[in-house]
Amino acid sequence: MIKSLKCMLAFAAWLAAQPALAALNVLACEPEWGALATELGGDKASVYVATNALQDPHHIEARPSLIARARNADLVVCTGAELEVGWLPLLQTQSGNPKIQAGQPGYFEAATYVVKLEVPRQVDRAQGDIHPGGNPHIHLSPYNIEKVAVALAERMAQIDSREAAYYQARAKDFLVRWRQAIITWEKAGAPLKGMAIVVHHKNLSYLNDWLGMREVGALEPKPGLPPTTSHLSDLLSRLGKDPAKAVVRAAYNDPQAAEWLSARAKIPAVMLPFTVGGSDRSKDLFSLYDDTLARLLAVSK
Amino acid sequence: MFRRNLIAAAIALAITGPAPAQDAELAKIREEIKQMKEGYERRIDALEKRLAEAEAKAGKAERSAASAETAAASASSRPTSEGAFNPAISLVLQGTYARTSQDPNTFQITGFLPSGGEVGPPKRSFGLGETELAIAANIDPYFRGVAIAALAPEGGAEVEEAYFQTLALPAGFMIKGGRFFSGIGYQNEQHQHTWDFQDAPLAYKAFLGGQLKHDGVQLKWVAPTNLLLELGAELSAGDRFPGSDRNKNGVGGSSLFGHLGGDVGSSYAWRSGISYLKVSPQNRGYEDLDSLGAPVTNSFTGSSRLWVADAVLKWAPNGNSTVTHFKLQGEYFRRKESGQLTYDDTAGSNLFGGPVSASFDGRQSGWYLQGVYQFMPRWRAGYRHDRLNFGTVSNGIVQSGLGPVAADFPVLTPHSPKRDTLMLDWSPTEFSRLRLQFASDQSRLGLTDNQFFVQYLYSLGAHGAHKF
Repeated sequence: MIKSLKCMLAFAAWLAAQPALAALNVLACEPEWGALATELGGDKASVYVATNALQDPHHIEARPSLIARARNADLVVCTGAELEVGWLPLLQTQSGNPKIQAGQPGYFEAATYVVKLEVPRQVDRAQGDIHPGGNPHIHLSPYNIEKVAVALAERMAQIDSREAAYYQARAKDFLVRWRQAIITWEKAGAPLKGMAIVVHHKNLSYLNDWLGMREVGALEPKPGLPPTTSHLSDLLSRLGKDPAKAVVRAAYNDPQAAEWLSARAKIPAVMLPFTVGGSDRSKDLFSLYDDTLARLLAVSK
Repeated sequence: MFRRNLIAAAIALAITGPAPAQDAELAKIREEIKQMKEGYERRIDALEKRLAEAEAKAGKAERSAASAETAAASASSRPTSEGAFNPAISLVLQGTYARTSQDPNTFQITGFLPSGGEVGPPKRSFGLGETELAIAANIDPYFRGVAIAALAPEGGAEVEEAYFQTLALPAGFMIKGGRFFSGIGYQNEQHQHTWDFQDAPLAYKAFLGGQLKHDGVQLKWVAPTNLLLELGAELSAGDRFPGSDRNKNGVGGSSLFGHLGGDVGSSYAWRSGISYLKVSPQNRGYEDLDSLGAPVTNSFTGSSRLWVADAVLKWAPNGNSTVTHFKLQGEYFRRKESGQLTYDDTAGSNLFGGPVSASFDGRQSGWYLQGVYQFMPRWRAGYRHDRLNFGTVSNGIVQSGLGPVAADFPVLTPHSPKRDTLMLDWSPTEFSRLRLQFASDQSRLGLTDNQFFVQYLYSLGAHGAHKF
């Protein structure tokens, strides 16, 4: 009897000890926000990333492990703009965590802090899997990262007010380094201006907008639909008239279609890490941009 | 804008200056105004430069929360009309083309007390399935509301689910109330249009009448662990199979469930569970035929307990399910029913001068195992094996020689049904699906029903989030 009581007490103690010891438990929907939360939170934040760079953020399931992580989160950092519409609502309604509900400080949507591109004038699924709020893949413009970083640091300081100064100091430090990096990237990326590329999914629009690259086609016939042979053939003949330098895909996109087009149009197929962890070299936000530029520059000549 | 206004103001000032003044004086004033203007311009330039700098720096960390909010407001493009509060509305369209070697109207799961629900195969030829209309939204910061109506093909609507759910309870607790699918088992909580086969596993048909919904309340708790541990308890009216309407105060049914789930690496995710359901049906009736072929009404009163063990394992390379993925799912059911069975042939043969009652005790079980594999984008193939074990059934009416013999209970003829099902489906997008299904169903004693279905499923409107 006493033994079983002891066991139960031990179990209860173990349960109580489960929420990570760090002050702020962050659940990031995508690796880029996980990396940003780590930059700003340092060792005061314990960051868990719900998805990896090889997963399509549109198609994630509300896995049991994610519900468990959402249960313990003080702050959920997501893209928003309907990117996580197929799974995040379940994490919110099934985790029993009032802190991360929409409208609460513990729910942070990065896309609300930037100006979105490609906001559709008309919302109809006949156009494919479009997002009424605009293109949600906002993180490949360094200026967007900057805006989100400012807002996220404020949010972290708001939730964990005892460490507010710490988050703000880290944000300041990050932004200084980030600004310097932008100057370097813009200098290095100058040759990419005007470069015509074919993308797999419309997930590089902010990168194109920043670097001045020209998107001349997409492998997906409509956003979210897998590439079809007839669409690829059309694209190939269009490239005859308006050639592209490369066909570019994100690490999580299936390489088949890009390779098909690359072989026939005789242009290189480029895999971009897309987010942190998408390539061996993209270990954080800085190296993500470094590697992205290096891969594009390698085919720009 | 600001700058232009200032210049305009300066010019206006210049024009409305004292007219009768001397030329020299005028020149002096003009000079002063010019200086003022230049001064303003310098200050405005400086201001603009600072503004530009501030903007380029995208607001330093010390920028106030208020200005961040303003920026957020201007960056977001949320609709501001009254309609912005409209709930998420979605509609599921479905239908079948069915070809069966046996008459679907004669469907029965021999050996198992019938549920009285619609568990048979869809009607032959073209048939419309249930059209599902779902409306959901957060009610306020504390509650969320969901209503799902099923529009029946023959007309009429049924409330499939209509419940509120708490959003703001602390410590991982959630309460759901209204009508909802019970949390027992794995597939029970999933909506029919998200099932991987056209129909429910035989065990669901036999033990839960296809799918169990409660009118009641559910309390669920998620443990603060990194491995998912959730525990739930439900209290309900218990008025649906395996329960029955009792017209009694108090709780008619209760259930408990626990789930454990997590990941193995980035490619595997799993969940397993144990559930228990107890209901106390009163005069749960079913129609049968006696040995002369005349109609009989039987009814059961007593207690019905059901245990369910379930497990699901999903695989996708690196967790990316777009190209290939696999799902393995299985559940085991065990039911114990004990009470009184009443045999009433007064409307038919009327051989015993009234209804006959005696004790009834049944211990029966069943299971299914299914695997669904997406072998290329859009295409999935699946196989399911179903089995029910008759187990032990002791029918006091027959055993104590009250009159009716075993042949007067054809539904309870010892039989262990089984079924094999193959499925192939094609989903152009996540909103549309076409499915072919072939099943060899031995639910009926001594008969094999070869079933062929073509099914379409379309969902339109708000993008729903599907359970794991």
